[in-house]
Amino acid sequence: MTELVLDHVSVRFTVPGATVSAVNDVSLRVRPGECVALVGESGCGKSVLAHALLGFLPGNAQTSGTATLTGDGPPLDLLSTSDRVLATTVRGRRIGLIPQSPAAHLTPVRTARAQLEEAVRVHHPADNAPREHAYRVAARAGLSPADLDRYPHELSGGMAQRVANALALVGDPWLLIADEPTTGLDPHLVDGLIEEFRRMVDDDRAVLLITHDLAAAQRVADRIAVMYAGRVVEVGPAGRVLDTPRHHYSRGLVDALPDRAFTPVPGQPPLLTDLPPGCSFAPRCGHAAAVCAVTPALTDDTHAVACHVPC
Amino acid sequence: MLTGLRADAITAGYHPRHPVVTDYSLTVHPGQTAGLAGPSGSGKSTVARVLALLHKPFAGTVHLDDVPVTRYRGRAPREQRTRIGILFQQPRLSVDPRMTLRTAIAEPLRANGRPVDRVDELADLVMLTPELLGRRPHEVSDGQLQRACLARALALRPAYLICDEMTTMLDASTTAALVAVIRDYQRRTGAGVLAISHDTALLDRWADRVVRLDHRATRPG
Repeated sequence: MTELVLDHVSVRFTVPGATVSAVNDVSLRVRPGECVALVGESGCGKSVLAHALLGFLPGNAQTSGTATLTGDGPPLDLLSTSDRVLATTVRGRRIGLIPQSPAAHLTPVRTARAQLEEAVRVHHPADNAPREHAYRVAARAGLSPADLDRYPHELSGGMAQRVANALALVGDPWLLIADEPTTGLDPHLVDGLIEEFRRMVDDDRAVLLITHDLAAAQRVADRIAVMYAGRVVEVGPAGRVLDTPRHHYSRGLVDALPDRAFTPVPGQPPLLTDLPPGCSFAPRCGHAAAVCAVTPALTDDTHAVACHVPC
Repeated sequence: MLTGLRADAITAGYHPRHPVVTDYSLTVHPGQTAGLAGPSGSGKSTVARVLALLHKPFAGTVHLDDVPVTRYRGRAPREQRTRIGILFQQPRLSVDPRMTLRTAIAEPLRANGRPVDRVDELADLVMLTPELLGRRPHEVSDGQLQRACLARALALRPAYLICDEMTTMLDASTTAALVAVIRDYQRRTGAGVLAISHDTALLDRWADRVVRLDHRATRPG
């Protein structure tokens, strides 16, 4: 069976005078036919985790743990696989990425069409009508043929997002990692994107949605993993995480939504260079107790939580 | 006397033959929050730029507390320019990457020859810790950088604040925190706020009234 299993994944960056603990001991499973949303505030390590899975970390990063991708041949640990193998067998083929700020990831000197056709030629060399194939993919992403003649600077934010979505899906990947794909999109475009994700999931593929937008996560995700200061603090079925959160941070995030209490989580997230000992959320938590000086482990049930005094 | 920031029948855009907004009117009343919603490409940001005196309309007039605006951008008189603050969607594109957050927040004060001793008070207002003030934009998160942009926008105590998709890059908690800071500022100073967003749930909660801008809008706001 195809699946992605993250087992105690940590990512650290060495910078002058400090170590940044961006991802700490994350274990997570992504199975076929499900959309998992990784939510948390900006700077919590969500994007670093996505980059680690595709081998996009800079040279000063150290990783530990394993991220095993199974199916289509022998199991592959994405964290220890060479860049050449990732480039030729994984990126775009088994795992597609919709990057954050898509306009910044398009080549500025080539039209959207040129970039999409190139992706078609690389992923489907046997296809003798790459232009028509590119049209089909573009149309599915909500782009008209005329849009494709534009250069990236001529695309609106929403159009650039759709080009990036189309590019990520050209190679029919098993897993799609989407990094903040709904940011700046109009509601009807978010609807279209969510439909596309659902189609993939119904086709027994998987989506890992990285977002700060709980409302988007709520609409599309089967499971939600809440990340705080590099750790997964709660993971469970989407409805239960949002309606009956078990971690006080998740509760705070839900309460911050404009259609709920609209109250912020008090305090600020800790610096990743200087994480407090024990539970990272304890300094902001109204329920912290002496026991919180010890880092809580994530429980082993379907609605798991890493908290000594859960809600 | 605050009487409002008012756009009267403005036609604006980037090419006279293809205006983005046509004959559009909108008033930001003091002490109130006007919400402006609409799909991308409908001209929300163009309206924001005109009202912030950053973009000269082809036709129509902007009145700032009943005084008509005749010059825009750098030519706008200082006493008009400094009465309006603006926040943009992408804090990363709005701060000089060479400046520390402290320098960025102090910039409007320095540019206007005012004492820069209010930076710590401003930072405190948006809940930025002193340690963060010494950092440059690439060393902080989007949420922290947008907090600095809000502190900078409030530095000259503007009578009107324009928030153009201010929260799009932010998580729910930071959004709620920044909106609370703005509401508190508004309560203390009676400032008028224009909140632009495509997030209708947010505008319904934040704004006193919400108007929609649709493609080639001609309706008065």
